[in-house]
Amino acid sequence: MMSPDVPHRRVYYLVFVTLLLLTLVTVELAFFDLGLLNVYVALAIAAGKASLVVLFFMHARYRGGLTWAVLGAAGVWLAILLLLTLSDFVTRDWLAPAAPAGLEDTP
Amino acid sequence: MAEPGPALAGQFEDLEQQQDASWLGMWVFLLTEVMFFGGMFAGYAVYRAAYPAAFGDASRHLDLPLGAINTAVLICSSLTMALAVHHAQRGARRHLTAFLVLTLLLGVTFLGIKAVEYTHKFEQHLVPGRSFLYEEGTARHAELFFVFYFAMTGMHGLHMVIGVGLLAVLAVRAWRGRLAPPRVAPVELSGLYWHFVDIVWIFLFPLLYLISRT
Repeated sequence: MMSPDVPHRRVYYLVFVTLLLLTLVTVELAFFDLGLLNVYVALAIAAGKASLVVLFFMHARYRGGLTWAVLGAAGVWLAILLLLTLSDFVTRDWLAPAAPAGLEDTP
Repeated sequence: MAEPGPALAGQFEDLEQQQDASWLGMWVFLLTEVMFFGGMFAGYAVYRAAYPAAFGDASRHLDLPLGAINTAVLICSSLTMALAVHHAQRGARRHLTAFLVLTLLLGVTFLGIKAVEYTHKFEQHLVPGRSFLYEEGTARHAELFFVFYFAMTGMHGLHMVIGVGLLAVLAVRAWRGRLAPPRVAPVELSGLYWHFVDIVWIFLFPLLYLISRT
């Protein structure tokens, strides 16, 4: 494993200011009607902020392969949890069989 | 407080290996925390997709300015925590103690603002249960939104309370000079925990407060 290096303090202040600016941007953007995009833009900004915290405040950028293996594992398992769950719920009524004539109201 | 044991535990070759092991253990613990919160996020996504109108309407009952201020408070506390770790690694006892106390105070500020928000929700009868009152015709689905709101912010708040407790212990130990190098792992690992709790809020804030404001 790489010997733990540490970021300069200037990096912390830069990350801090960026995080505050991104918070401001995400709040402002929430009031623009982007349709479905609102959710994705908000999530993308949140993911960007989280990455900054992980990389610099949590020193992931300065640490070795094992840390990245754990981070990758977290990403993969979270993706399985979210994507497989949502792919089920989102697609449930795509293949709903057409109701036979006269039974349209049967639940 | 008992005298600290040797800085290097017997099972490790050197201090660097010991530090790597403790960091790795903390990262693995945080991975389990990701999965823990991930389950709640997945449930929230499923029900938000099922009842988009009711969830959107209910989410507009949340106090956006207070949520935004709390986001800023947590980001400030992450900076002071990062600086605490910075000073711990350099053995600057006074700076370390000061930044730990500052982080603690910002954490308490967050919890205080959260308490104000919760109080408003009780007064407006928006807490799920018998006294839940909602006029807009989609009360059951709105109540479900508030179940998620209280479960997720409540679990996050519990993590904050634990973090504040950790910081209180660390601040006392730092002041007494028990956290001088190379014994800085408690500060570093609590730092990782604190930043993780910040990240959870970074996702909670837009998902609960922001989307469907238009």
